Amino acid sequence: MCLAVPGRILATDERNGSRMARVQFGGIVREVSLDFEPEAREGDYVLVHVGFAISRVDAEEAARIQQILDEMDRLGGDVPDDAGR
Amino acid sequence: MKYIDEYRDEKTARRLAAKLEKLVTRPWVLMEICGGQTHTILRYGLDQLLPDQLRLVHGPGCPVCVTPLEMIDKALYLAARPDVTFVSYGDMLRVPGSKSDLLRVKAAGGDVRVVYSPLQALEIARAHPERDVVFFAIGFETTAPANAKAVWQARREGLTNFSALVSHVLVPPAIRLLLKSPGTLVQGFVAPGHVCTVMGYREYEALSREFAVPIVVGGFEPADLLEAVIMLVSQLEAGRAALENQYARSVKREGNRAARQLMTKVFKVCDRKWRGMGFIPRSGLCLREEYARHDAEHRFDLSGFSAEEPAECRSADVLQGLAEPTECPAFGKRCTPQHPLGALMVSAEGACAAYYRYRGWEVIPEGGSP
Repeated sequence: MCLAVPGRILATDERNGSRMARVQFGGIVREVSLDFEPEAREGDYVLVHVGFAISRVDAEEAARIQQILDEMDRLGGDVPDDAGR
Repeated sequence: MKYIDEYRDEKTARRLAAKLEKLVTRPWVLMEICGGQTHTILRYGLDQLLPDQLRLVHGPGCPVCVTPLEMIDKALYLAARPDVTFVSYGDMLRVPGSKSDLLRVKAAGGDVRVVYSPLQALEIARAHPERDVVFFAIGFETTAPANAKAVWQARREGLTNFSALVSHVLVPPAIRLLLKSPGTLVQGFVAPGHVCTVMGYREYEALSREFAVPIVVGGFEPADLLEAVIMLVSQLEAGRAALENQYARSVKREGNRAARQLMTKVFKVCDRKWRGMGFIPRSGLCLREEYARHDAEHRFDLSGFSAEEPAECRSADVLQGLAEPTECPAFGKRCTPQHPLGALMVSAEGACAAYYRYRGWEVIPEGGSP
């Protein structure tokens, strides 16, 4: 129920006093309200829940998990790439 | 898709699981609150990647599951009225009330419409001024701002034929109840990332301090959940108890201010009954008096609904982490996704339905039909 999906803003416009965006999710494009992310602009990735953007994806934070894994490798490689297989 | 695929990478998951294996020295019991996270865990078999000493129990974070029977009965009553167009998220359609469900009411001629956004409910009300359009406003804090926006907009536009049947619930009071329950086994929580995207995590900092329990705000993809579990176990093994944020690419400490503001403008905190957990004070949201004209509870006479949950259903124990879905004698026999006894078997995010779907071949008792 609390599902929110990341998508990229293709374009924005105003309607009924609200900012709306066309957002691409893989091959699908949907109309999304920017009421709660009024600063979001074209090219931004937003997390969308029931037709509303509820956050802008922080690219720096998103890269963090890769950094952690790279660090694990650097620290002596005690976790091999094929661990568990 | 960007921000999804990299978090579903199998190699990444295995590397995280291997790291976890090295961290764990003792048994720990953790709970993921959110049904979306439960679904990810079962779908990707993450619980089977975990060290044997770690046990995940599945929390009450599925709004569909915890909607009480009498609320479903109210929805069914409204949906069957000839003057009403009843609008709902698809998740609610098969949830059994005392006697029926929305899908069956629709099949019998009720005007039931499924939407993915509350804004579509407004469009239906604009297009059909002759119909009484009732929107079933369910959900946690994640969904509340969007539903609030629909009600706010209806009032602003003077859409007098639009009302909402509100059944919103709040996560922190349920966690508090679990932590206070004397039988609780849970030693650490994965907090729901999208609820916290809206609300921030100050409330969870307070819970972590008050109960000296580690809480990690977690995302919804396999790598997110494994990382959140690593963060919890690191705390537990080191004897720490703090709030940490694994899902920082979406969650900020303050949450989403614009969303919270609109939510507070339209809703106020009220008491709610939870299916499987009972009455929890100040655990829900109701419409403020200014919006009474758009409140289906006022617009229609909905007093006098009451219902008992089926005694055989052990949802209550499952929701509190006291029993696994498969420990219920009805699981897979008298209770299946086709004929659910309780709501945990109905919603794809309910723990019972997730076990049935992803573990059916190993756990359905003899006589069941996976």
